[in-house]
Amino acid sequence: MVVARPVDTAEASYDAEPMSDDVRTGLDPRRDEDTLLSGTPLAPGTPAPDFVLPSTLDGTLGPKDRRGRPLILVFYPADWSPVCTDQLALYQEVMPEFEKHDAAMFGISVDGRWSHLAFAKDRNLGFPLLADFEPKGAVARTYGVYRAEDGTSERALFVIDPGGMVSWSYVSPTEVNPGADGILRALEDLAAKGVAR
Amino acid sequence: MRATRWESTLILPVSEDRDHIQGSADAPVTLVEYGDYECPYCGEAYPIVKEIQSRMGKQLRFVFRNFPISTAHPHAEIAAEAAEAAAAQDRFWEMHDHLYENQRHLREDDLRSYARAIELDRDMFDKELAEHAHADRVHEDFMSGVRSGVNGTPTFFINGVRYDDSYESETLLMALNGAAGIDVGG
Repeated sequence: MVVARPVDTAEASYDAEPMSDDVRTGLDPRRDEDTLLSGTPLAPGTPAPDFVLPSTLDGTLGPKDRRGRPLILVFYPADWSPVCTDQLALYQEVMPEFEKHDAAMFGISVDGRWSHLAFAKDRNLGFPLLADFEPKGAVARTYGVYRAEDGTSERALFVIDPGGMVSWSYVSPTEVNPGADGILRALEDLAAKGVAR
Repeated sequence: MRATRWESTLILPVSEDRDHIQGSADAPVTLVEYGDYECPYCGEAYPIVKEIQSRMGKQLRFVFRNFPISTAHPHAEIAAEAAEAAAAQDRFWEMHDHLYENQRHLREDDLRSYARAIELDRDMFDKELAEHAHADRVHEDFMSGVRSGVNGTPTFFINGVRYDDSYESETLLMALNGAAGIDVGG
């Protein structure tokens, strides 16, 4: 698989051994298997590939900027679409609960920074939106959640532990808002293991 | 490795003491709505639920819980607190109906005028609203929804299981009748 690399990621694991089907946890059983992913979502226990992308907040941002805290990556297909809107507004609303675990959140789509800025302002989103715009979808590809046939990412969630390992991942059917409960459970699991608050 | 499954069931069971309920505990089917008073989709669902209640009669118990998304709807939280303040004076459903019938008018002045219209003790209502006396209750509703898999509004649960299909009246009615064990024929 040829992957455009946004940064050099020595610990990146997308070129590791192909994963067998049984590690594809988090796939919704209702998924139509015909809508194949361009990759396989990174599974728990995998090092989270590093990246740096243009952000609505601080110029550029990446996982290293939040190392030491749990990090929630929210891949979504597009700014402005109704389901995304509900999903990100919900996460903004639930943010105080995420923050109880000291967790940070990035929203990521293939939209450009200007679209992200307008979208974040219109929807009152306080967490950064990152533009996986050029090379398009490169970060989504490294996480195994790019939909080549649509030119967007999957609607996918990753929780990365403070040490930089994927601790939970989930891919939702594109039209289904996955809600916040799975993220909260993943954060509670980290707290129970003593690796996060 | 932990497989993730979406358990979209109600984690906070319906309680006759706690919840705002229309209909009998003996009804064969309970419909729980998590709603936001400023959400236009909830506004669309409001008359549909009314119609279904009248069509199902005693077969249906209806429960409303708060799920204000203030990020999107700046008046949703205070409207929810107003409904709870009315509930403290046993007038929840009257306020609930006023709020959904006047979704575009949910400023505090508007809320106070609805309180007058349903003859609440105005001093108590104003005080509770100003002190956010019911904010904890609203938040408890909200978090119970988050943990039950509510992902937007309105979200419905039929006998404790999240209902993901359309809330267009015939579709919802068919699902409710099915849950109630009512054969409506082909």
